[in-house]
Amino acid sequence: MSAPSGRNDDEPVITLLLNPTICDGRGLCHDAAPHLIELDEWGYPILPGAKLTVDLPKSDVKAAEDATHACPVLALHIERRKQST
Amino acid sequence: MGARSRSAAMQTERHDMGRLGIETRSSLSMHLSQYGDLPGIDQRRGKEPGSLIVEVEKSGLRGRGGGWFPTFRKLAAVVDSSSNMGRFDRSRHPVVIANAMEGEPASAKDAVLLASSPHLVFDGITAAAATIGATDAFLALHRGSKLLPILTKALDERQAARLDPLRISLVTPPARYVASEESALSHWVGDGVATPVYPDRPFQKGAAGRPTLVNNAETMAHLGLIARYGGDWFAEVGVPSAPGTTLVTVGGCVSDPGVVEVPTGTTVREILAMCGGTTDTVRGYLTGGYGGGWVPAAGFEDTPWDPDGTRAAGAVIGASVLFLVGESVCPLEEMARVVAWMAGESAGQCGPCVYGLPSISDDFHHLAMRHISDDEMQHMKVRLSLIQGRGGCKHPDGTARFIATGLSAFADEVALHLDRRCSLAITRQVVRPGNPGLLPVPTPRLALVDVDGRDFE
Repeated sequence: MSAPSGRNDDEPVITLLLNPTICDGRGLCHDAAPHLIELDEWGYPILPGAKLTVDLPKSDVKAAEDATHACPVLALHIERRKQST
Repeated sequence: MGARSRSAAMQTERHDMGRLGIETRSSLSMHLSQYGDLPGIDQRRGKEPGSLIVEVEKSGLRGRGGGWFPTFRKLAAVVDSSSNMGRFDRSRHPVVIANAMEGEPASAKDAVLLASSPHLVFDGITAAAATIGATDAFLALHRGSKLLPILTKALDERQAARLDPLRISLVTPPARYVASEESALSHWVGDGVATPVYPDRPFQKGAAGRPTLVNNAETMAHLGLIARYGGDWFAEVGVPSAPGTTLVTVGGCVSDPGVVEVPTGTTVREILAMCGGTTDTVRGYLTGGYGGGWVPAAGFEDTPWDPDGTRAAGAVIGASVLFLVGESVCPLEEMARVVAWMAGESAGQCGPCVYGLPSISDDFHHLAMRHISDDEMQHMKVRLSLIQGRGGCKHPDGTARFIATGLSAFADEVALHLDRRCSLAITRQVVRPGNPGLLPVPTPRLALVDVDGRDFE
């Protein structure tokens, strides 16, 4: 997996993951991080790129953490891993 | 080469018959005289899978359930993940499940295969179980399946002959579309809940948290052949990228609809000829099933029926369904019935599917009934892209593809409907599930099913 550009090679890749089977659409993630997470017309979160996982640029990590901590059903999760190449 | 499921009259020479024996119903003795005994299968030892895996890799067999994933890689993945589990973890022994749910209403291949050659499927289950060191084996049929007595009898025959070292159990999950998705199936076998699981895949953590091999029934039958005749034999026919033969369910406006067995790469034209040719001017083909895609009729007959060939033609081989829609029906009305049914088949877990599919279905209904507003049409297109890639399984993605490819394959009809017209002089009054049409939609059931997919019995 290629890292987003402008990142130092030995920094870990930080990924935000959404489990849609757990998500209840409470919308607290959007309240905590309105610039990072949008809600669809039914109140369910849309991550940047509209997929279930997104690699975060450093500037978004704090917002992703806030969103993750705000979720009452633990549907959001942050994963840190060493870059593979 | 090719084979038909029905009509003895169509049976030709012995050498012209298919590999899977769908022409005749085989008892155990007929099965053994046709194919010979199943040779002893090398058992998995520790981290090393049984030697059959080498033949499976050579064969190039890919899963016939719809994903066409290399079977060898699936076997290896189950062995790997069970090897990497904790040594004292009770749950590391793999489980094998043959998926004969046949959730696609337009597909009949697994039912035809199991009614005619049940022992070939059971042979494959036994061979796969030994190769990956599984300690439990299941064959899953949808609840209320008419095949249950046939398969119970076949299993009794095998038990009397002491054929299977590992007991194979028949299980009957609820007859819901999403219940046949592989993670939902292993969830049901393990916990009695027929909903898809995210993000763990069955080969990692499947039934009761154990590494689980879920293979389509036809894939198992091919394994039963590879165990006897080897991988090189298997790859003698078909295209190199997806060798062997495949069952195809042909439906719609053909003279003799049914299931045929053909080498992969056989053209659509040849497949249709085996079904007696078309009975109407074809407007479009539904390929792969209701989670598959539509293609316009023009030029499609020359398409080779294999994953790459169909993809190049803008189609999807999926569960190997080929359904022809002619000029006697309005394709949008046909689609509207299917879309409404698909929307109701959500497992109810993910918001974009629970809310998105019904709202798209409403808009599509308006399109079929020729009173859709421009706003609704716009909304529908936005929602179609919005629901994709955001679910725990691919049900919303498949439904979105069914709709989006249909809108483009029948663009002329869509334009007419936007203009409050239809290519058919007389159209049906009501578009709703249960209305008899061309594309089959299961009738609503009275069984009560709660939100987790558990039946109240």
